Amino acid sequence: MTDAQKFVQMATAILAFVAVMGLLLLLASRFSGRRADRGVAALFLLPTAVLLGIGLLYPAARTVLQSFFDRAGSSFVGLDNYTKIFTDHDELIVLRNTILWVVITPFLATSIGLIYAILVDKARFEKLAKSLIFLPMAISFVGASIIWKFVYEYRPDEAGIKQIGLLNQLLIKVGGTPQQWLLEKPWNTLFLIVIMIWIQAGFAMTILSAAIRGIPEDIVEAARLDGVGALGMFRYVTVPSIRPALVVVLTTIGIATLKVFDIVRTVTGGQFDTSVIANEFYTQSFRADNQGLGAALAVVLFLLVIPIVAYNIRQLRASEAR
Amino acid sequence: MTLDVSVPLTTTPALTISQSAGRAKKAVTSRWASAAAVVLGVLWTIPTFGLALSSIRPEKAIKTTGWWTFFTHPEFTLDNYRTVLGSDSGIDLGRSFVNSIVITLPAVVIPLCLAALAAYAFAWVDFRGRNVLFVGVFALQIVPIQVTLIPLLKLYSQTGLADSFWTVWLAHSCFALPLAIFLLHNFMSEIPRELIEAARMDGAGHVTILLRVLLPLLTPALAAFGIFQFLWVWNDLLVALTFTSSPELRPLTVGLANLAGTRGNAYHLLTAGAFVAIIVPIAVFLSLQRYFVRGLLAGGLKG
Repeated sequence: MTDAQKFVQMATAILAFVAVMGLLLLLASRFSGRRADRGVAALFLLPTAVLLGIGLLYPAARTVLQSFFDRAGSSFVGLDNYTKIFTDHDELIVLRNTILWVVITPFLATSIGLIYAILVDKARFEKLAKSLIFLPMAISFVGASIIWKFVYEYRPDEAGIKQIGLLNQLLIKVGGTPQQWLLEKPWNTLFLIVIMIWIQAGFAMTILSAAIRGIPEDIVEAARLDGVGALGMFRYVTVPSIRPALVVVLTTIGIATLKVFDIVRTVTGGQFDTSVIANEFYTQSFRADNQGLGAALAVVLFLLVIPIVAYNIRQLRASEAR
Repeated sequence: MTLDVSVPLTTTPALTISQSAGRAKKAVTSRWASAAAVVLGVLWTIPTFGLALSSIRPEKAIKTTGWWTFFTHPEFTLDNYRTVLGSDSGIDLGRSFVNSIVITLPAVVIPLCLAALAAYAFAWVDFRGRNVLFVGVFALQIVPIQVTLIPLLKLYSQTGLADSFWTVWLAHSCFALPLAIFLLHNFMSEIPRELIEAARMDGAGHVTILLRVLLPLLTPALAAFGIFQFLWVWNDLLVALTFTSSPELRPLTVGLANLAGTRGNAYHLLTAGAFVAIIVPIAVFLSLQRYFVRGLLAGGLKG
């Protein structure tokens, strides 16, 4: 296909879609009177129902079923795939890494975001400062991975070749010897996690900064008149006031972290004991052709999301009740 | 997930600290705070800056010296960009760039329109089972994309759609709907009931109300979600990797990931390629930051 043909196809798709929308609206506008509601609702929800049914519900059900079958998807193996995930040596490392990611990323990203939000709150350069931290959010995980792979780059000691990675250069400046950051187990996982923190801190900062703005001025003023210092203000005023926002940020980053596979895939490809469930799912499903195990990994991923969401909902309920 | 960011203070702290802390102390703290903020800000920006700077340095310079040597020995070239964008290198990110655009536009427009219809039905049309259905759609947000990929891929190949842009458009539209409906519903239900009632009194039907009354008011919400979805689709790797198997259809993220996989040490190509891939979302983000932040504040993050 030439570029022109691609654009034609794109235009065709959009036009066809617009035609469908027009037809739907035309049909909906013919309903009248008190009984119109049901007809309009049915028409407006029909496309969504079809897409969600075909694109989410049916495949999800198939995947759950598939997870009880063998690698070719032909014979029933019960819970074998799940047993493997929780007993196999390699898969246990994958689980350990996933837990590291999900525990470390939300807490560090949120802490950094919170501290930064407080530091730049009402500062003269606030807008610019926020853009700097927030910019990584616009960059794809793949792009971010390359940016950081470059930071971590290691060059063997040869004449005429200097370290080109920033981290090793800094290490040399303080008198250390260059390291192969991405090969050293288990620390390499931490260096990958840094990439996710770099991306997510801006998200945390944005939400928390808005929450801090929402703290009633008189409370801050009262605390200040009572002589509360900067740390006391943080501990007794800021954090309790924005607790619900903190919970949302933590859980949202936690869920996003669980599902990310781009970083691991781009930087290490899951080698050197760095794989996580989301990456292992891709490897098993598309590289190793083990459909059963891949499906089981996807289901485990789904199951891990649920307690985080449940916690989030409970916390929101609790803060509404108070 | 709702983000209630304007939460009132729930606990009144016990304040027993003496009133002695003066203005002088505050000035010092804020100076330290600014310094710390600048350090963090610089720290956050340096990796991207290093990449951008490297992309315009010659291959040999990139491979033997750090990008910071540019300041002492400036060397400049556009060869890296010529190589990654050109078609004779086999990398051809120029083609991927076109693919990214072709994939992204319909994948933003389609879910946006469908979600507007559904959100309207949930917000302003009375029908039985409305709340149950809405909660159901809301709950679908937590289904990880991974759970759906393989069966969807099989379905596509059975229907002969496999390995075309259609599969990517459809997949992205499906995955976007729950969040889009939820966000737009939040915005729509905030519109005063009197406005809708007044239009109904004038004899306006649902379609007229949606198009004439609500749509103009919803522009910021549509823009917010539109940018959100744009960044999401443009930056997506998983969906594109799964559904486009021929190189001809692959977007920038896939091209770049492949480059990192096959030529992981070719930093003159990786830096230029990465910069090509991130420049569009960064431009969109910088020019429309206001809407983007608004979208974030209105309701959670997809992932």
